[in-house]
Amino acid sequence: MQAYDLSQTHIVTPAEEIALSTNQLQVYYGNSKHASMSDASLSFPRFQITALIGASGSGKSTYLRSLNRLNDRIARIKGEIIYRHTNINDSKVNVYEVRKHIGMVFQKPNPFAKSISENITFALKAQGITNRQELKQRVETSLKEAALWDEVKDDLNKSALALSGGQQQRLCIARAIAMKPDILLLDEPASALDPISTTKLEVTLKELAKNYTIIIVTHNMQQASRISTYTAFFHLGHVLEYDRTERIFQTPMIQATHDYVTGNFG
Amino acid sequence: MDDIQKKLMSPSKASREDITGRIISYTCIAAIIILVISILYFITSRGVATFTTNHVNLWQFLSGEEWNPGTLNDHGQPQVGALPMIVTSFSVTILAALLATPFAIAVALFMTDIAPKNGAKFLQPVIELLVGIPSVVYGFIGLTVVVPAIRHIFGGTGSGILAGTIVLFVMVLPTITSLAVDALRAVPAYFRSASLALGATRFQTIYKVLLRAAMPRLLTAVIFGMARAFGEALAVQMVIGNAVLMPHNLVTPTATLTSQLTTNIGNTIMGTLPNNALWSLALILLLMSLVFNLIIRYIGKRGEIKS
Amino acid sequence: MTPHQSDRIATQLINLLVGIVVLILLFLLGDIVLSGFPHISWHFLTSPSSSFSAGGGVRDQLFNSLYLLVLTLIISFPLALGSAIYLSEYAGDNWFTGLIRTAIEVLSSLPSVVVGLFGYLLFVIEFHMGFSILSGAIALTFFNLPLLVRSIEGSLHAVPNSQREAGSALGLSNWRTIRGIILPVALPGILTGIILSAGRVFGEAAALIYTAGQSAPLLDYSNWNPTSSSSFLNPMRPAETLAVHIWKVNTEGVTPDAVSISAGASAVLIIVILIFNFGARAIGNQMYKKMTGGK
Ligand SMILES: Nc1ncnc2c1ncn2[C@@H]1O[C@H](COP(=O)(O)OP(=O)(O)OP(=O)(O)O)[C@@H](O)[C@H]1O
Ligand SMILES: [Mg+2]
Repeated sequence: MQAYDLSQTHIVTPAEEIALSTNQLQVYYGNSKHASMSDASLSFPRFQITALIGASGSGKSTYLRSLNRLNDRIARIKGEIIYRHTNINDSKVNVYEVRKHIGMVFQKPNPFAKSISENITFALKAQGITNRQELKQRVETSLKEAALWDEVKDDLNKSALALSGGQQQRLCIARAIAMKPDILLLDEPASALDPISTTKLEVTLKELAKNYTIIIVTHNMQQASRISTYTAFFHLGHVLEYDRTERIFQTPMIQATHDYVTGNFG
Repeated sequence: MDDIQKKLMSPSKASREDITGRIISYTCIAAIIILVISILYFITSRGVATFTTNHVNLWQFLSGEEWNPGTLNDHGQPQVGALPMIVTSFSVTILAALLATPFAIAVALFMTDIAPKNGAKFLQPVIELLVGIPSVVYGFIGLTVVVPAIRHIFGGTGSGILAGTIVLFVMVLPTITSLAVDALRAVPAYFRSASLALGATRFQTIYKVLLRAAMPRLLTAVIFGMARAFGEALAVQMVIGNAVLMPHNLVTPTATLTSQLTTNIGNTIMGTLPNNALWSLALILLLMSLVFNLIIRYIGKRGEIKS
Repeated sequence: MTPHQSDRIATQLINLLVGIVVLILLFLLGDIVLSGFPHISWHFLTSPSSSFSAGGGVRDQLFNSLYLLVLTLIISFPLALGSAIYLSEYAGDNWFTGLIRTAIEVLSSLPSVVVGLFGYLLFVIEFHMGFSILSGAIALTFFNLPLLVRSIEGSLHAVPNSQREAGSALGLSNWRTIRGIILPVALPGILTGIILSAGRVFGEAAALIYTAGQSAPLLDYSNWNPTSSSSFLNPMRPAETLAVHIWKVNTEGVTPDAVSISAGASAVLIIVILIFNFGARAIGNQMYKKMTGGK
């Protein structure tokens, strides 16, 4: 792979209202002295979709999973994550609350081995919501938001594991948005899906962006350009460029970004 | 807005749940640690009383051939020589392992490499069943089948090291076999195919590649079998004869550490020398099981580095 | 000798050894079946034992074995579950975890007679619990714990990490994720482990002869008051189990029909253990099917 100058970066701060930002975020896995993510300072605009792109191993998942402190057990994370004027990367902060507000959907669909409706109600019940009417309502709304309702409304008591991969992934999205989060993190949510399911998912995400701030990791550059407003380019654990999506894809400032989006990379 | 900020900074139901969970699971694990420490402590403190309270010389204990804790010898010292039992325990253990290992490895090879389909289908459940047969049943069969047969052939009572060895051989065979099967299955398939592709015969592959690659785990299997044999009490006690005599051949009655313990601990009074001496035997058993453990760990570490 | 000749000879040697082992197995099973089964009768299973005359049964011993098993599982399962949860969900990768694992390994490698003697020393004598079902159950718990911890930990470990992440990402506490998501998925494996360990506990004798004792006082099966000394439910009474009974009648040599009683009792032991083995598999498969929605 060509060696790019990692110190040359181009990072903008969006003019929109900021929902979440990181300041000099560094991630060290295990006891490693090597930072798998170094000095990432990004700000994510509210009610927009931001895409994180970059080659495999560039640190996109590492960065994304740090945002809701899911890496806590396996990595040391330095720097600040600012959410609602609070640095949530602080041992005093209640991580469970953080994760309620910052939901996540993973690359591989991971529904619980429970029925479709229980998948959604399980965490709600844990929060103390016991009213059956309300639970039912939340199941219906979130499944509708995730564009799954029509396909499963008669099978709510069936095992979620009997759904297709694409349906499972949309159930996972429904499960996440049933918590009414502020921000939704998605790590390559479409990588296990066929083209039709992927298109459905993109439409769903666009729709969701009206009410949620979305940060999505994707390998698919068409996807990034189709759905996102801002795009960040990751390379070897560094964010080299962050700007509006059309600028990243049409007039990138950094050589590495240019090579990556034009397919001349590596 | 401020409300959410406040929530972010304060403990919630979830944090309390997690404390509960931690308390519960930490308590359980603490109980196990305390248990192990107290077993080690109690057996050790009882076991050393023979030497600290009754002032028996450790060397005499380990090398003496007379076991008669109730009486004093000509020098006015208690007769607590554990050598006959130590020798017998090691004899039955080593002989049983020597006997069982070739059979176990043959059966394991049969199941993994020679007839992996039908052999494994038939033998696997049978071996699992045999691992589960209680030791008293083995002892009973030894007592009704093995001992009379030995008596018939060699005369005497039929009890002794040979009977003990045969019973232990049958007992540890399934244990060693099932671990050996795991060991051989853990050798990656490409080891086999690479060797066969180079024109080696099946036997050469087995001998030069398979057994070597699996050697650390096979050794572990054998040590596991030995640990089981060394600690086995009732099955051996039923066929060994229970006379504390230095074994001079394989077919006269003798006693192992475990058989002596089970036969006599109920007949002695706590705190007296005959009782303390028995606890010293228990201490030897405990230490030996630690030794077996260490050997298994050592082999495990060595095996890791090699592969 | 050419490589091919040695190959043939080696293969034949292996086949020979396997043949001998199969013969031993057939003999063992045949012996148990042929000498044991004819002695199993309704009378054998339902009459009390008699020491000095022939014709005794194993009613009380069988009941004692089952009672002891239930009590042992009641004590050991929660402890094992909590410990396994610690090991699979909370333990870090550090020296302390290493120490715990070593402790558990040591416990599992202790000869059962040593475990029994420890129980004798601490519970029967120091705590004045006497030869009792409770002392026996505690000793069997020590004997059973390491195996059970390992099998439960294995079942928990087999649950994919993505399930834990899914729970965490929803803001669930680890504890609720474990209880509500991980445990149900691991349940078939856990149950299988419990039942298999039950087979081992059921046949154990060495740990019991000095804890639960070697006598079977006459039991009153109509007395349901566990504090009354003749009640079959009283956990403080001495209780000879089936396995201990086999050992006892053979070593004491005062029972005239010791051989046929032992043969019958051995067969009963094996049948129960077989039932446990098959039961474990059946339940495991059944639950697995149910959980995965028939897929
Ligand atoms: N759990 C972990 N422990 C140690 N190192 C890790 C772990 N997860 C990721 N890494 C390392 O961190 C670096 C970044 O990995 P990461 O998974 O964030 O990349 P990615 O951009 O998401 O790649 P992909 O597109 O393949 O998902 C890699 O070098 C990887 O080896
Ligand atoms: Mg990734």
